[in-house]
This record gives sequence, structure tokens and C-alpha cells, in this order.
Amino acid sequence: MRRIGIDVGGTNTDAVLIEDGKVVRAVKAPTSEDVTTGILDSLKSLGSTGVLAGKKIDGVMIGTTHFINAVVQRRHLTKVAALRLGMPAAASLPPFCDWPEDLANLVRGGVWMVEGGHEYDGRPFMPLDEAAITKAAQEMKAAGLKSVGISAIFSPLDPTHERRAAELVAKVIPDAVVTCSSDLGRIGLLERENAGLLNAALADLARDTIAAFEKAIRDSGIAAPLFITQNDGTVAEASQARRLPVYSFASGATNSMRGAAYLSGLSDAMVIDVGGTTTDVGQLKLGFPREANSVVKVGGVRTLFRMPDLLSIGLGGGSHVALDPLKVGPVSVGYRLLKEGIAFGGQQLTTTDIAVAAGVLPLGDKAKVAHLDAATCRKVFAEAARMAEEAIDRMKTEAGDVPLIAVGGGAFLIPEKLPGVSKVIHVEHGDCANAVGAAIAQVSGECDQIFKDLTRADALSAAQGIANDRAVAAGADRVSLKTIESEDMPLAYLPGNSVRVRVRVVGDVAGS
Amino acid sequence: MKLREFSIDDIESLAVGAWVLGTGGGGNPYLPLLNMRALYKEGHRVHLMQAADLADDDLVAGAGGMGAPLVGIERMGDPYTLTRAVRAMEAHIKRKFTALMSVEIGGGNGVRPFMAAALMKLPVVDSDPMGRAYPEGQMTSTAIGGLAPSPISLVDVRGLESIVHSTPNAKWTERVARKICVEYGSTASMCTPPRTGAEIKKWGIHGTTTKAVRIGEAVRRAQRLHEDAVAAILNVEPGVLLFKGKVVDVARRVTEGYLRGELRIDGLDEFRGAAMRINFQNEWIVAWRDEQPLAMTPDLICVLDSVSGEAVGSETIRYGQRVTVIALPPPEIFLTPKGLEHVGPRAFGYDLDYRSVFSS
Repeated sequence: MRRIGIDVGGTNTDAVLIEDGKVVRAVKAPTSEDVTTGILDSLKSLGSTGVLAGKKIDGVMIGTTHFINAVVQRRHLTKVAALRLGMPAAASLPPFCDWPEDLANLVRGGVWMVEGGHEYDGRPFMPLDEAAITKAAQEMKAAGLKSVGISAIFSPLDPTHERRAAELVAKVIPDAVVTCSSDLGRIGLLERENAGLLNAALADLARDTIAAFEKAIRDSGIAAPLFITQNDGTVAEASQARRLPVYSFASGATNSMRGAAYLSGLSDAMVIDVGGTTTDVGQLKLGFPREANSVVKVGGVRTLFRMPDLLSIGLGGGSHVALDPLKVGPVSVGYRLLKEGIAFGGQQLTTTDIAVAAGVLPLGDKAKVAHLDAATCRKVFAEAARMAEEAIDRMKTEAGDVPLIAVGGGAFLIPEKLPGVSKVIHVEHGDCANAVGAAIAQVSGECDQIFKDLTRADALSAAQGIANDRAVAAGADRVSLKTIESEDMPLAYLPGNSVRVRVRVVGDVAGS
Repeated sequence: MKLREFSIDDIESLAVGAWVLGTGGGGNPYLPLLNMRALYKEGHRVHLMQAADLADDDLVAGAGGMGAPLVGIERMGDPYTLTRAVRAMEAHIKRKFTALMSVEIGGGNGVRPFMAAALMKLPVVDSDPMGRAYPEGQMTSTAIGGLAPSPISLVDVRGLESIVHSTPNAKWTERVARKICVEYGSTASMCTPPRTGAEIKKWGIHGTTTKAVRIGEAVRRAQRLHEDAVAAILNVEPGVLLFKGKVVDVARRVTEGYLRGELRIDGLDEFRGAAMRINFQNEWIVAWRDEQPLAMTPDLICVLDSVSGEAVGSETIRYGQRVTVIALPPPEIFLTPKGLEHVGPRAFGYDLDYRSVFSS
């Protein structure tokens, strides 16, 4: 088994080659504005010693923090038209009502609430007001909105109103990109709608990013299938990742944590992953990130789908530094570090410039940062350490000191000693932990269907069997399969004893 | 009347504490809280008063929601429809209310009277008839006290208004009201039978809003200071730690508009090797430790997120969640023979003699 794992971060694009469970080679290249060049450069660099020559690659797995960075930094977001089908219910809590003000102002292109939606028992809540939807679509068009998030009451049980509304919108705006909340799943209108609106806000970024990934693999001449890693440490095909970018939201962070576990051999520890733009803190339990319980906040927005329990803060190797008053992050120069950082001839003071001035990083031109004295550097490092310490403290679930694995290209910001930490562990290839995690990403199998006239136990076991078979067909080792989701919901309105069962299993890639 | 202005911070704490007192049901107070944030932003304010300060002939309305929590998080109630439920009752009895009250402190209904109170400019009384959440209307101190079981108003956002005018007892009110509620789509805004100040003083369970605020404050403070939030609750309330573990199975079925089922938890830490099973009918009803009944209604069984200390509801609890189970003492009126008849384990179909975890 030979796989290439790539992590496209805000600052660096890392690539690793893993052969039979060993990291053969790991490289780093700056992320490029067009994404493609950065991936091509890293693949070229990966192959420069001849490790790829004449070898069959089983898969290229790409993970990225692009989508979550966009939300956290409020950048590259598309204005979204929110269309909710459910009037006259819930008018006091319109779409975006529990979003942070700044993000809502950026994303909210307009809100339309019309009659529609269903009851829990399958009856329409109100007949779908098709004329109002068409009128709303015309207003969206007039406002220049092309990304539309549609939600409807009880759409996970009956998605027909959302789908019909999507058709009507497409008639008026043929190039509209529509996210239906029923594609993201769960009961809970506001959280499902929020996930859909975030997904819609990423429409342009997802299209451009995935296209850049595909071009890079094509141009590199590597003949291997492309997979995008997802929040749960498994892979998805590119087309699905393009349509539902929120499912790849936390994949960069998941990959880092799984990579940190893999490289350190530790399965229970705190992990701090310091990238160029953001720092993620999480906790490893049995080699997997601890999962968040139900509602997860992304960039301050409540959503409801399975995610690792992570705290993201705006701290990284590319973070802007202001000296008076002292402020580090959350804005970052990102991939433009090598152009805009002062040590590289630019104008923007960053944490990397501080590290260069302090002699911590042998990069750039030290003379250009000679004006930064030791006291200034100490002050900035202390501020970064304080931010890290606070984040670790917030994520710890038990008192007492725990080991901390520090990974990521910005790990130089993490001191050797931190309060509440028994020891800080730096690992070989730790700066590429995310790419390692991508390369070892697992394969999943899922079953989500309605079973009739079976006992609950029989329905669950039937679903389990189907999910297992699908995972094995997708390349998983049957012995390694583990159930990560198991959920059943009785459907009172359907005839017979009907139950919707959703089972998801994951397993390691079977050896070839 | 002595009134205390309720701050938005009080309401934030109330939402957290009411969810704990919801004992798995009552619906998450998050949506009522969002409505309150919007109302306070618009400049509305609500005052809290003590039952002792009610005049005997004051008239108090119980304002809240009825139905399945799972429906509530899709249909999302609003303050205007709830206000209409209270106004419909005023029109029916041809009298104006002087104050509002919670119909059950546990869950979303702990916060809902504040939504109508904000629009109606009436105070909220610091009492309720449950001291927790229960799935049925006769499971109240007012029903145990034999107060009038009707009339009750039920209102739907689509312009549907119903009054159940007269019933022989609270069970009938519950049966008929529930049929109406199911027709509405299993969610309705309601106003429970009007009570005089004298009736509330005698039969209300008092100080429950303040109690919810106290619990919520303890949890929120512990979260801010990164302290053990479950321990923080047990610091301010005379509760007992029952179990700590990981959810390994949730079986649910919807029957007669109730969410019934069973939760299984495998022990962690000092409970490793042990197992807990909890039956629910919207609320947690009986908790079994290694197949022996350990805690049962009317004791409050609270399933909390082990990390955040916040309550976890029966409709959203999921496989893999780390939870801690505690018990809080029940209101005394539920411990009388009549009280146990209304809310003891047999009222939920369990052939068990009530044994409190607090009596041993």
C-alpha cells in the first residue's frame, strides 16, 4: 500500500509518501494563491529524490483547512440567500438569528420565509407557496445572489418541499448553487439550517479549491485516484466534497490529530496543531479526536453534525503582530508569508519574523528584523504562549497535567514548558502531521435506509451488515471495522413498523 | 407587589438550570432563550415576583408549550402565539390576568412565560406546579390539590384557537388537549387553568425559577473557571451522584405523542464494569443500576454532559456521549400518597414501590 497524503493549509502545502505504514518522505511548500502550484511544487519536491519513480500510487488523499479558515477569518465567503419553507411558524427566529453579527453581515445576502414544510407525521405543515418562492428567486436574482440555502420544517423526514423549491429557484437562476438542509441531515431546524447556510457560503470557494486539487494531480502526472478527507478521518470522492464542503470542515484538524497519534505512538494526549493561520487544540482518546457532543459551534455558528471537539484560535506562524498595543492574530498573512513577512522583504510583522529575530527559525534575512530586540520577542512569545495555554486549558477534561503533542509548521510558538502540561512532545515529521493523517485516512461504509416490519435489533443488524459490506467493497479491512455512528428514528406516519436506521462504520485500508 | 427586574444574564442562567430540572424532557430551553434575547434587544423587560406577594384575588395564568420536544425544535414557538393563548383565555373567562407563571420549570417551559410576559408587560411568579418536567398535565401539584382542571386554551400559529372548557379531572383535560395538540402537529402554545393568588400560595411549588437560576449560575461559573460543573450543581443543591459513563445504546419509539424508550450507559472511571439503564417517557423515569432499580420518579433523575455539566435530553442523547447521572430531591407534595398516585412509578406503568435515593 502506497499513498500520498497532502495537507493544503492556509500557509503551507505539505506532502508525505507512506509505504507499508512508514513515512518514506515528507516535504513542505508554500501554499500558492491558485492552490494548484503549491500542490505541484510539493509533489515535485516529494518526488525529487526518485522515491516515486516507476511506482504505483494507490491514492492521493488531500485534507485542507481552507473551508474552516474561510469561516473563522470571514474571508472568501459567498453571499447567501436564505430561503426557509415554514411560515407562519418560527417567524420570530429567522435564518441567521443566532449567528455572530459580523459573520451574519458578511454572509446574509437576504432572507425569505415562505409557507411550506411538513409535519412530523408526513402531512404538509402548509401547502408549498410556489408563487412566493418564484418571487423570492426573482428578488435573489435582482440582488445578484447565486448561492441559496434552503431549509424546511421536518425536511429530513420529507425533503420534497426543499427539492421542489430548489427546482423553482433553478428556473429563475439557472446557475444557482443550492444547498438543501435535508442533505446535511438531522432534526433541529435552526442548526440544520445553519449548517446549510455555511455550506452555501462556501460554494465558490469549494468549487475553485476542488478544481485546483484536480488540476494539480492531473498536471503532476501521478496516475492515482483523488480523495478528499472528511471530518471523521475518512475519505470522500471529490464530487461529494465539492457539493458538501462542510463535511470537510474539520478534516485538516482531524488529520493532524490522527497523524500526531500515529507519529508519537501515543493514543491519549492533548494535541496542539499550530498552522500558519489557526491553532487547533483537541484531545486524543484511543488515537481518535474526542468527538463533540451534538451541537458544534463553527466560527461562532451552532451546527449539528459529527465533528471532532476542537477549539480553533487565530494563532499561527503567519499571524499579524501588532506591538503597541500588543496583539497577535487573528489575521494572518497565510500563504503570502514569504512575500509579506518582514524577514522576507515584506511590510507585515508576523510571528515568524519574531522567531527569525530571536534566532529560533533559520529563515529569511535576519538583518531585516534586527530592529526587533530580545525584550520585544519575549513579549510576543509570551503572548502566543498565553493564548495556547488558555486554549489547552479550555479543552482539558480533567484536572492534572497531561502530555501535549505539538505539531504543525507553527509549533515553534509552543514553549517546552506550559502550565497544566506534563511534557511537550515534538515528533519527527510533526510539521507534516496533517499530511500523515490524510495518508492514513480510513475508509467508511454507510447505510441509511428505512426498514419495515423488523424488530429494532434486526433492523440495526441488517443496516450494520450492509454498512460493513460497503466499507469492505470500498477497500476496508473487515477485521478493523468499527461502528462510529448508529442511529434509528421511528417513522410513525409510515405503514407497518417503519424505522429509519443510519449506521456508519470505518476501517483501515486493507493491505494490497 | 415586590418585583425584581430579571436581567438577560438571569435568563441565560435560567435556561441552563431549567434544562437540568427538565430531567431529560421539557425541550431544550435554547429556542425560548433566543426569543428572550431578541425581546430584550428590542427593549422588553420582565420582572419576577414571589408567590407570597400575590393578593388572594390576583389571577395567574400558566403560559407554556405542549407537545413533543422533537417537533418543538422544528416548529420553534414564538412569543406572539403564546401571548395569543393567554389572550384567548382572558377572552374566554372575561377577566384580565395579573401575573404569569411557568407550567413546568423543567425545560423550555421554564423560560416560556417570560416570552409572553415581555409582550404583555406582566410579572412572572417564582413558582410552578411541577418543580421539574413531566409528560402529562395531571402530574402537577395543582391537580394533586384538586384545583379546577379546566379551562385550558390551545393555540397554533396558523390561526387555530381551541378552549377545552370543562372536564371532570386533569386526566381528561390532558387526554382531550393532547388530541388537539396532535392535530396541530404535536406542538401547541397553551394557557393552563387560571389560578387565584390564594390557590398559587397554597398549592404552587415555590422558588423554582430562582432554583433554576441558581443551578444555571453554578454551571456557568464552573464552565468559566474550568471547574467540575457537575460538582458545582451538587454544591448548590442537595443532590446525589448516581453514575458516570458512556452512552452505548438509545432505543426510541414515538407512541401517543410521547417519546418513549431506553438508554443504556456503560460505566467509566469509578463506575467501570457497571452498567446503567434508564427508561424514559420524554423525561427520565426509572434508572436501573446493574438491573436493580436505583432511582425513580418523583426523584429528579438528571443526565448531564460529563464535561460541560449541561443537561442532555432524551430526544438528542447519542451513542458515545460521556454523561454523568445525578438525582435531585423531589418537591415534598409528590411524596404524599396522593402525590405518588399522580407521579410515582406506577403512574408511568412500572410495578415498583417508590423508594427515594434520598431516604437511604
